[in-house]
Amino acid sequence: MGGTGSMRRGAALVPVMLLVGACSGVQSPLAPAGEQAADQLWLFQLMLWVCGILYLLVVGFLGLALVRVFRNTSRLAEPELAPADRTLDRSLLVWASIIIAGLTLLAGASFVVDRALAAAQAREALRVRVTAHQWWWRIAYRDPASGRWVETANELHLPAGRTARIELASADVIHSFWVPNVAGKMDVIPGRANAIDVTPHRLGWFRGQCAEFCGVQHAKMAFDVKVDTPAEFAAWLATQARSAAAPADPVAARGFQIVTQGQCAMCHVVRGTAAAGRPGPDLTHIASRRSIAAGILSMNRGNLQGWIAQPQALKPGTMMPAVTLEPGDADAVAHYLEQLK
Amino acid sequence: MSAGADGVELRRAELAEAWRDPPGLWGFLVTVDHKRLAARYIVTTMFLLFLAGLLAMDMRIQLSAPGLHRMGPQLYNESFSLHGSTMLFLVSVPVMEAMALWLVPLMLGQRNMAFPRLAAFSYWLYLGGALMLWVPHALDITPDLGWFEYPPLSGPGYAPGHRVDIWAQMITFTEVAALAASVNIIATILKLRPPGMTLARMPLFLWAMLIASLMTIFALPAIMLTTSMLIADRLVATHFFSPSGGGDVLLFQHLYWFFGHPEVYIIFIPAVGFVSSIVETFSRRPIFGYPAMVLSVLAIGVLAFGLWVHHMFAVGLPRLGNDFYTAASMTIALPAGVQIFCWIATIFSGRPRMATPLLWVVGFLVTFVIGGMSGIMTASAPLDLQLTDTYFVVAHFHYVLVGGAIFPLLGAFCYWYPKATGRLMSERLGVLAFALIVGGFNIGFFPMHVLGLWGMPRRVYTYPAEMGWGPLNMLATIGSTIAVIGGLVFVANALWSYWRGERAGADPWGGHTLEWLCPSPPPSYNFDSTPTVRSITPLWEPELLAYDGIATTKRELLVTSVMEAEPIYRQNSVGPSIWPLVAAVAVSILFVGSIFTPWALVWGALPIAITLSLWFWPTRERAKTGPLRKR
Amino acid sequence: MMNDRAEPRIIGDLSGLPESAQGPDHLVWWGNIGFMLIEGTGFALALGAYLFLASRSAHWPPPDDPLPGLMWSGILTIGLMLSEVPNLWVKRRAAAHDAGSVRIGVVIMTVIGLVLLVVRGFEIAVLVPSWNHDAYGSMVWLLLVLHTSHILTDCGDTFVQALWLYTHEIGDDQFADVEDNADYWTFVVVAWLPLYAVVYWLPRLA
Repeated sequence: MGGTGSMRRGAALVPVMLLVGACSGVQSPLAPAGEQAADQLWLFQLMLWVCGILYLLVVGFLGLALVRVFRNTSRLAEPELAPADRTLDRSLLVWASIIIAGLTLLAGASFVVDRALAAAQAREALRVRVTAHQWWWRIAYRDPASGRWVETANELHLPAGRTARIELASADVIHSFWVPNVAGKMDVIPGRANAIDVTPHRLGWFRGQCAEFCGVQHAKMAFDVKVDTPAEFAAWLATQARSAAAPADPVAARGFQIVTQGQCAMCHVVRGTAAAGRPGPDLTHIASRRSIAAGILSMNRGNLQGWIAQPQALKPGTMMPAVTLEPGDADAVAHYLEQLK
Repeated sequence: MSAGADGVELRRAELAEAWRDPPGLWGFLVTVDHKRLAARYIVTTMFLLFLAGLLAMDMRIQLSAPGLHRMGPQLYNESFSLHGSTMLFLVSVPVMEAMALWLVPLMLGQRNMAFPRLAAFSYWLYLGGALMLWVPHALDITPDLGWFEYPPLSGPGYAPGHRVDIWAQMITFTEVAALAASVNIIATILKLRPPGMTLARMPLFLWAMLIASLMTIFALPAIMLTTSMLIADRLVATHFFSPSGGGDVLLFQHLYWFFGHPEVYIIFIPAVGFVSSIVETFSRRPIFGYPAMVLSVLAIGVLAFGLWVHHMFAVGLPRLGNDFYTAASMTIALPAGVQIFCWIATIFSGRPRMATPLLWVVGFLVTFVIGGMSGIMTASAPLDLQLTDTYFVVAHFHYVLVGGAIFPLLGAFCYWYPKATGRLMSERLGVLAFALIVGGFNIGFFPMHVLGLWGMPRRVYTYPAEMGWGPLNMLATIGSTIAVIGGLVFVANALWSYWRGERAGADPWGGHTLEWLCPSPPPSYNFDSTPTVRSITPLWEPELLAYDGIATTKRELLVTSVMEAEPIYRQNSVGPSIWPLVAAVAVSILFVGSIFTPWALVWGALPIAITLSLWFWPTRERAKTGPLRKR
Repeated sequence: MMNDRAEPRIIGDLSGLPESAQGPDHLVWWGNIGFMLIEGTGFALALGAYLFLASRSAHWPPPDDPLPGLMWSGILTIGLMLSEVPNLWVKRRAAAHDAGSVRIGVVIMTVIGLVLLVVRGFEIAVLVPSWNHDAYGSMVWLLLVLHTSHILTDCGDTFVQALWLYTHEIGDDQFADVEDNADYWTFVVVAWLPLYAVVYWLPRLA
């Protein structure tokens, strides 16, 4: 199915172009960046045509009937008890046949796309483990060099042109993993080992979001997705696999001390240091990420400090506790974290 | 049974005496008059519709621009949970049952339902359910996990407190009420038909209610079971839904949707019955394709039970299963499409005239079919993986529920309002309300299809500005506001017309079904005599025939045979009784108590046992023989 | 307008019809059937839930849960089936409007119901995995408690009916009530059989 993708993508884009108009396009199935999403969009366009034609037929017939209504006077006509309905009988059969034909076409197309989605499993070239938490994403890759699993959070990198098997696990309740530009969604269910195959083919940044109500901050459980060339991906993974950079200056050293020996260490990992807490996201390379707090704040110093000081103001209900620090300490922590690229 | 005008007056006086309610508040509490019960049922559902609409407006305002802080996440989550639960459990199904409660005996030429006290019990228990959900809201312990609160989020580990139990038990209330109403409706339609009304001569509305009620019997036990299992997991540490104990969270979903999918057809099928009634009357001809219509409703009723997995396409079930449910879900479009053809064909080939009820049918057709189309799209498992849990599916279900159930309901109100009140609603206000509601709804909800395709998930209290979802959300809010204004116009019309509307006689629209025979509004006893039917359109026959002989000095109903509607015997019909209310209170105490302790099932059962015994205690003379005889 | 319609023409008189009927002719019979359909659906779904969880487990019952005991359950099952003999006898006597036999029969059925409740009590008492031990325990308890509630309520119904039958003159409608109650007991017996087979025998055969 992959090769004919471009042909199918080109077909009947007019109605879709109208729709893509005002949206950002980074979290939309209408702007496919992956094989799966492309197949799904093709199916959607086919459905739009068939359903559109059926709808116009219904409205057209209704219009004809209403013409008769408005031609009538308002006088209450005598009822007709035994109308002759032969033409209508035949028309009903034709209509039923049209419906059957249309549904068969759409069901058939649906099966074809379903098979295409399933076929991706044979081409798996990479495994990624995604664990959904209330309300963030733990993402782990196997480092080719060492064989160990390397963790990051809230940012998924994928090599273009390769099929990745995303293995889904939940740490608590049901979530749903969804990167609409690349593929459809797959629920993340505790006690169940779900997986989804994704084959991105367009480079760039995209956005994923949790798509199953999972509690008070379901609305703010997003993640960034970067589709890299295979070489860029390998380089990125190699960087992620390294331990945390040592603090480069005294202020950072102060921050390092607070992070690895204070309460942060209870929930966060900074690899290569004493901070080895599992409940929260891995911070080893936090500065290399585009956003924090599960895709809701850009990664910059101000947001880091704001998040640490007042998480409840930014994401009410979050598990991240408010950490009260002296202003100098807060600066130091932010300074240190900024260096963890 | 004397002949002549005096005889008619005497007869009516006797009937009025036999069928009257005690006066005042006591009469209100003990009545088993199906019309009075239906009226209060409908008024209650409409009030709850209004409350649910307020919640919806709250949510729409919060979402009209990105990043608004008008509502925090907790309040928003409570709002959509309360909105969905109210609309589905406290409005949509109950209002259809209420309409049936009012209409079924009238359409059958009967004086009351088969089980009059059961109808009263159904209302009181339903009221208990409404209070069960809304009183906690007033006390700020509103359920906040949606209208299908999936475990483990709703389980003991992640939902402390009693919000989930309140939600689950509200469902128990309303489902028992619905089951009671359904048994009543089925028995009435099967056994209380007028002589000559064989199944093949039954009005389509009665077919619709028969099938919807049968569906209720087979669907509702599933949700009662699963919500009881959820309460048990929370209260007594069972492991139905906990993976660590060998349970499965998907068990909840399967049981829930086994109910949940038929539920939406339970809502839709009565609406289909309304549409058929209105179309026939305003087209001045019996429906085109009566057999096809009956078979279609039957097909929908049966097929509806084989589709539920389409709510679970993203759960990771085996592909072959998903394929099957895709095919089945698409198949149901066929009988629906046949019905749509038949309605339009009836209008096309009749001698149609326009009035508000028919206008609502038009609104239904153009709106519901859009919902049907988005339904075909979501029926496809691979495509649904993109569409489910987004605003696309929010648009879909609002189109089918509002377009497919609410619009026919509003048309039905306009249509039968003169029968119920003796006055016609204003056509001018009616057209205005129609335009605002249908136009506002489409402006409000069509953009949601696009928002879903632009990646907006559902159940989010806010969204980032950079997604570009702001303008369409604002449009959705504007459209919804227009629709709400239209709703207010509709209510104003109903209220104004009650006192000032043009007076209507027994049959202002020239309908052909039996309810148009009795006066408007009907007296407590509905009909003077027992009409008999010889065709599918009794009131369009040149002459209507009737039987005499059913008692006028006591409450009595004619019972006929199921297939041929031949008279069998005369059944005593029960009069006013306080026991339905008392029983409902006793049952409510058990339901509420069992949220807090399982022992409530034990001590709560005793008042129920006593009340039910007194309810069913037959009133005959004391025994003259035997050890317990009267001495 | 159709408002000025003539009164319908009377073509017959129904006052000669009887005041009661039996079996499916009777209105209340249908209410009873409706209730059986509801409860039967509930049983079927609960059984489905049991089988669903069983199919999702490698071992069912789970390794540390023993198979449920056959003695008390067997006594109960046989007892239920045997109780159909007096039950159907009461039903026939009610159809024949035999007041004396019906009074005695309903008392007998009440006593039988109580005895079977006691047996069921023993059956539950020896259930080893408790409802909060694991999903298997939860499901078995659910099925048994569901069915027990039916034995209990039917027993209560029958007792109230017996009381009434002895204190009042019995009319046709009351005979019909006795028949309906007998039908419901048959339902309680028949509903138990698939539950018994699945809970007690299926794990042994699989």
